[in-house]
Amino acid sequence: MTIEVADTREVADTREAADTREAADTRRVIYRRPDALTEKSTHYCPGCGHGIVHRLVAELFDEMGLTGRTIGVGSVGCSVFAYDYFKIDFVESPHGRAPAVATGVRRLQPDKFVFTYQGDGDLAAIGTAEIVHAAARGENITAIFVNNGIYGMTGGQMAPTTLLGQKTTSSPLGRDPILAGYPVPITEMLALVPGTAYAARGSVATPQLVGRAKVLLKKAFETQEAKAGFSIVEILSNCPVGWGMTAPASMEHVEKDVIATYPLGVLVDRSAPVAEPR
Amino acid sequence: MATATIAPKRVLMKGNEAMAEAAIQAGCDAYFGYPITPQAEILELMARRMPEEGRVFIQAESELGAINMALGAAATGARVLVSSSSPGISLMAEGMSYMAGSEVPMVLINVMRGGPGLGSIGPSQSDYFQAVKGHGHGDYKVPVLAPSSIAEAVELMADSFELAERYRTPVIVLADGVLGQAMEPVVPAYREPPRQTFDWSLSGTNGEREARVVRSLHLKPEDLNLHNVHLQEKFARIAEREVRFATERIEDADVVMVAYGTAARICRTAMERGRAHGLRLGIFRPITLWPFPSAELLAATAGKKAILTVELSAGQMVEDVRLAIEGRVPVHFLGHQGGIMPAPNEILDACRKLVAE
Repeated sequence: MTIEVADTREVADTREAADTREAADTRRVIYRRPDALTEKSTHYCPGCGHGIVHRLVAELFDEMGLTGRTIGVGSVGCSVFAYDYFKIDFVESPHGRAPAVATGVRRLQPDKFVFTYQGDGDLAAIGTAEIVHAAARGENITAIFVNNGIYGMTGGQMAPTTLLGQKTTSSPLGRDPILAGYPVPITEMLALVPGTAYAARGSVATPQLVGRAKVLLKKAFETQEAKAGFSIVEILSNCPVGWGMTAPASMEHVEKDVIATYPLGVLVDRSAPVAEPR
Repeated sequence: MATATIAPKRVLMKGNEAMAEAAIQAGCDAYFGYPITPQAEILELMARRMPEEGRVFIQAESELGAINMALGAAATGARVLVSSSSPGISLMAEGMSYMAGSEVPMVLINVMRGGPGLGSIGPSQSDYFQAVKGHGHGDYKVPVLAPSSIAEAVELMADSFELAERYRTPVIVLADGVLGQAMEPVVPAYREPPRQTFDWSLSGTNGEREARVVRSLHLKPEDLNLHNVHLQEKFARIAEREVRFATERIEDADVVMVAYGTAARICRTAMERGRAHGLRLGIFRPITLWPFPSAELLAATAGKKAILTVELSAGQMVEDVRLAIEGRVPVHFLGHQGGIMPAPNEILDACRKLVAE
């Protein structure tokens, strides 16, 4: 979905054969796999937004030269296999605990770039304590929070972020606030915490929003690089299979309905550098 | 003796503080904890001493937070310590299972208190099953070391880090409220095990090597089966090489008391009193609770009149004693719960009856 029209780099660093071809016919490469991604095909369902988010993250690793000194922290849910798709060191976490695991990694490797990649069930339900306190401590980690409002991996159950009225396999009549409460605006909650240096919400529902989401991610990465404190970017994404929609319809649903509950934008920016905790 | 030796300086130390300082002296790079009685002094000493040493200390938001910070830190190859007491240890079962599955070294101190549930803050040994049978979900065991004195606890801290790194496994140091809270004179025999370089730890590829993944997930049945076979082979190696135990006056004993930790200390008093009255009593004290010294116990008690297992629990280790003995010697049990300690004379009376039978 994202096109790197301005990217004129040669492919010299990936495949030699391709490189020779490129050099011979002087074609200009405008879209290719970022170096930070492996060649493995992802397991994501057709039309899922995770692939786009992976690509944005990998593009930033390439552009910011982070790949070699990045340690990723995985989560449990659809993105559990993320470690197969990035050419970086990775540690798996129990469900919801990625911010605690990332804390351990970052404190022992203070010169590294450390991020978590979590879904909404992982971050906004079972992992609420871990994300809140990583933010409260101002850990220099970045949480990439992909919110698709559902537990996709386990078959489409209601998540803390599920919209009111949304039907899932565990809210078959639609989410009723009397029974199941309200969608959790976790990123707004995290923006209140002084240790959070940067919190923003983007989406990958349209090409324009994809470009904007990359800007938000870049700012979050720069926040960590400046050791300014905790950073989080929530990305509103889709789940065509879990939502029972076609991929285009699911993206339209994000654009028209999900954003109404979770407004896009920068929620807080306190990214001026401060002293790093020991 | 050719040269005069200067008597090593003995210092009075509280168990919790001694274990914490021994961990620091063993090269502990990072400590993660959460306040809980009766082990809060470990957290407090670490809060002061780790920053002094330029090392990592975090008071986590929960025991879940602490154990998962430990997972992250240990994945970088650091020497990591976590401590808690029984209810907190239950919360850490998840992380322990992940660490055993991901094969990362870490040392966890459990200063046991009474249970179940919130139980009490009194000393107890009722987490034996939890410690030696694997703790969390899945097929795994971790080495469990049980000190019986503060001096031994100091020695075992360095040994624990060494075991953890040698076998890429979490290790539990199983103490109890008495060992944590009591003060004893200790000759601080600190030791820092040599550092190894790991081919699995995470530091970023630096563009110079393949990416590494520390994980326990193996979704294909064949892969997970192979991983488990590998783990079981490792556990078998540990069981073969790392058994530790101590015996006292066992050669001529009619009745052998089997006990660990604080219970073994009480048994020693009972043994000395009994011996003074001509009762031939001995002690077999497992130091590794897993691997349990089964063959050693069987050999040491061959032909004895009876075994008395003494625990601060309703009887947990006694099951492993019975498994080891296979009915060849009668195995009896004496124990209390809730923080109540068996009195030496109570144990002595039980032994006297067994000798007379």
